[in-house]
Amino acid sequence: MPLLYPLVFAAFLFSAGVYGVLARRNAVMVLMSIELMLNAVNVNLVAFNAYLQDQLVSGQVFALFVIAVAAAEVGIGLAIVLLIFRNRETVNIDEVDLLRW
Amino acid sequence: MTGQEVAFLILAVIGGLAGVLVVTARNVVHAALYLVIALSSVAGVYLLLAAPFVAFVQVIIYVGAIVVLILFGIMLTRAPVGRRVLDNSPRARAGAFVVGAGVFAMLTVFLAGAFGEARIANRAATTTVALGESIFRNYVLPFEAVSLLLLAALIGAIVLARRD
Repeated sequence: MPLLYPLVFAAFLFSAGVYGVLARRNAVMVLMSIELMLNAVNVNLVAFNAYLQDQLVSGQVFALFVIAVAAAEVGIGLAIVLLIFRNRETVNIDEVDLLRW
Repeated sequence: MTGQEVAFLILAVIGGLAGVLVVTARNVVHAALYLVIALSSVAGVYLLLAAPFVAFVQVIIYVGAIVVLILFGIMLTRAPVGRRVLDNSPRARAGAFVVGAGVFAMLTVFLAGAFGEARIANRAATTTVALGESIFRNYVLPFEAVSLLLLAALIGAIVLARRD
């Protein structure tokens, strides 16, 4: 299989995630777009691991690390979103502007 | 074109379409369900790239846990339905589209220039044993750091979300 196939697939998923982060104003949707981008990175890691025939399987190991970090990130992110919703009755990221002056 | 490539193309088309629908759907719950399809097709891609353990971890953690967490988040924040409340203004969306399309075009051109001829040689799938040996021989320190990070995230999420 050409290495380009998974790379272009990952690039497409990443671009979709970039669009989602910039175009959405609901914080939960932004988190979902971030998950898409993290997955694109993981596809790249696994594809290069297969391409380089790495003895240490570093690509797959780091893909697992990224998955674990993504789980931590989405847990904290949703906790923050819940807290914002409880305090301000909204999860629109353009309405949460406490730190702006 | 080999069967492997055909299977990859089918998975990539399904995953790509689902990915686009995740970021354009008008209904938050639909977007979360499209996310399930996109993440599952990524798991299929891992299988085709001879990484079965990562594929099953993907299914268990992403499809099983993270999407459920996101669905709970949607439920608890009473996310409204509709383009106007979920998305930014059309002008901002057009800008976001330009940025996304630009990133995709740039990555595709550069990757095609750098890896246009490269091919992935077929080989036996990475066994879970090999993966475990690599983690616990060469990457013990990052592994322990990740476990500490997960603990910190767990405590942090409880502290943040608790009502007192």
